[in-house]
Amino acid sequence: MPFKSQWIRPYGDTMNDGKIQISFSLPMPHDALGEEAAKRFASLMGIHNPQIVHSTALSESFSFYIIYGTVEHQIDATTLTVTEQASVSLSKEEVEHFIEEHLVSPIVIVGASTGTDAHTVGIDAIMNMKGYNGHYGLERYQGIKAYNLGGQVENEVLLEKAIEYNADVILISQTVTQKDIHIQNLTAFVELLEAERMRDRFIVIIGGPRIHFGLAKELGYDAGFGPKKYANDVASFIVQTMYKKGRKLK
Amino acid sequence: MGKLNLDPNTISKCRHDASVIARQVQVHIDKHTTVSVERSLLRMLGVDGVNELMVPIVNVVVDHILQNANLAKGVCHYLSYACHEHIATPNEIAHRVASGALDLSIYQDLSKSPYLSDLMPYFERTLARIDDMKSIRKSWIERTPKKTTPHKYVIVATGNIYEDIKQAISAVKKGADIIAVIRSTGQSLLDYIPNGATTEGFGGTYATQENFRLMRKALDEVSESEGRYIKLVNYASGLCMPEIATLGAIERLDMMLNDSLYGIIFRDINMKRTFVDQYFSRVLSAYAEIIINTGEDNYLTTSDAIEHAHTVLASQFINEQFAKLAKMPSSLMGLGHAYEIDPSFENSFLFELAQAEMTKEIFPNAPLKYMPPTKHMTGDIFKGTIQNALFNIAAVTSHQSIHLLGMMTEAIHTPFVSDRAIALDNANYIEKAFKDFGNEITFKPDGIIMNRAHQVLEHAQQLLDEIKNDGMFKTLEKGTFAGISRHENGGKGLKGVLIKDDCYINPVLDLMLSRLEVKKNAF
Repeated sequence: MPFKSQWIRPYGDTMNDGKIQISFSLPMPHDALGEEAAKRFASLMGIHNPQIVHSTALSESFSFYIIYGTVEHQIDATTLTVTEQASVSLSKEEVEHFIEEHLVSPIVIVGASTGTDAHTVGIDAIMNMKGYNGHYGLERYQGIKAYNLGGQVENEVLLEKAIEYNADVILISQTVTQKDIHIQNLTAFVELLEAERMRDRFIVIIGGPRIHFGLAKELGYDAGFGPKKYANDVASFIVQTMYKKGRKLK
Repeated sequence: MGKLNLDPNTISKCRHDASVIARQVQVHIDKHTTVSVERSLLRMLGVDGVNELMVPIVNVVVDHILQNANLAKGVCHYLSYACHEHIATPNEIAHRVASGALDLSIYQDLSKSPYLSDLMPYFERTLARIDDMKSIRKSWIERTPKKTTPHKYVIVATGNIYEDIKQAISAVKKGADIIAVIRSTGQSLLDYIPNGATTEGFGGTYATQENFRLMRKALDEVSESEGRYIKLVNYASGLCMPEIATLGAIERLDMMLNDSLYGIIFRDINMKRTFVDQYFSRVLSAYAEIIINTGEDNYLTTSDAIEHAHTVLASQFINEQFAKLAKMPSSLMGLGHAYEIDPSFENSFLFELAQAEMTKEIFPNAPLKYMPPTKHMTGDIFKGTIQNALFNIAAVTSHQSIHLLGMMTEAIHTPFVSDRAIALDNANYIEKAFKDFGNEITFKPDGIIMNRAHQVLEHAQQLLDEIKNDGMFKTLEKGTFAGISRHENGGKGLKGVLIKDDCYINPVLDLMLSRLEVKKNAF
């Protein structure tokens, strides 16, 4: 039924009852006026009958509210589109098999957490031998040579190393996202690649808690991986993209 | 005798090995100085301010000596000659050097300075200031109601010191005992301390003397209204470790993160540099009665908390000995550990409790710093709240001292004011509900908890034995801690390390050490 609309609202306990919860703090004292302000915000967000189920003072000048209510908005789910990567997620063994079958190994991957970002937890989860949550990292994949440069790597150094190792793929992890610093940093790297006329030389992939495929595309990257994505997801994308682009084909 | 029936012989073997390891490194430390230690000495002599390019005068002077003369003789060599000749204060001399009016290289070839006594009044003035800070803190702590449960520690990290103050006050009103101002990401790699009050930082706020002063003042005010002393924390780590320790002592910070191993492993700071910096920082912190926090908890963010728990314990033993060599009493050693076992692991809470209890039994007098789950926080704030609750139960039950509260929004953003309030509500509830729980329970002999603690201790002992034979430098190269390998001559800051000249002098270090010795003997 491809043309039938599918209008939906959030679900509490009855179809399309529109029940939602929100919580936030206001820079106002916790008093009747503060509660009124919280309700007004909820109304402006399209929440009918906002009920303040809990409120408390955070200090003399800040207050906190938990609100339940009925949201008036509804959406037609059939009108939605998302940018999703076209690759199929393979297991580690399937990736290794794919490389053996179709590509000239090793696939060289250089990764880092860049700029001032010192958090390596993301890049480590994808690259290090041990991996994360039972998913081994790229270092353990046969047919892949992975170099994890660690944290606080300057964009220029990352590119230098990618050239030095003759990398096929560059992975960039960004964990600190306060004031959108990751966007500036990621934009700067694409600009650097373009200035050096090397954008097409590498498959460039970004990852981090606030990264998603759509954002990656928007910034000029080949792919982006957010939470709950593991080394095999990244590797699957890499080998299939290399195959499609005709890189290192057997 | 503790509840875990740990083998005292194994523990003393660990302490012995760790002391051999630390003394091997101390041989290197005693032979060297660094640009940051020398800049700290200038700060302790009262040198202050920045030049027209906002470069701190202490950096200008140290760089001047480094480029034009021989810094291996130490800044005191040059400053003592210059102050004597020009009948001027060290600050005046430093500003003249910065303006180009004075060249210190003329003293380069002179023998060991006979004018050191000219500098001592300036050092004494700074030490007197630090002594004042100690007595203010002491009288505050005496007025603060005693509690047997952990001190609740929360972080502010807005990037703007004025916003940090608002968030800190709100946290205190909700029961926080300790406020840490996280530094801007990347500050650990700056080889200078920024100047003035700052409002632009990423993932944290710059550590500057003015920011320290502003936050201390705000916390003093809220301490007054709450009737309890609120402690302030910052980071004496990275390339400016000893300078930040100096500013912290002067501005009455109460705790400092201070751990070379952390800097080497996670910030790629050169080990030769940072061990020297750490020694000076720890002597100073011991003198200033500032609690240090070590960073072992971080090992488990990259290594598995089950398999590598013993590396945390081994590192704590080593950090204890480094602190001892700096004449630091146990009461200032905030050794770090963390609640980082994968929540999907069966009996994870028992393993966590085993580690926490074991650490407390091995270091009974140290104010242990217990860090919350971070690695396995997912963005599911509802589950995260429960993970934090279990962590809080472990903290209260095992009598941890410094309890860094977990945020349900870990892995999402730097905490909102409400995230912190929710974390404090959670901790307050458990603090009450489990207050005496730890005193009521014993552990089953040969049970999961006891066996786990014994196993971790045993593995730590084996590892320390190995490190003793390899030496610290080689151990770091092997990637024993956190699975990260670092080389003796790699990393940042190696250029700032100098072998001390025969006429090198650091009179304030000697003075602090001798006063610490006197104090120790007085007990």
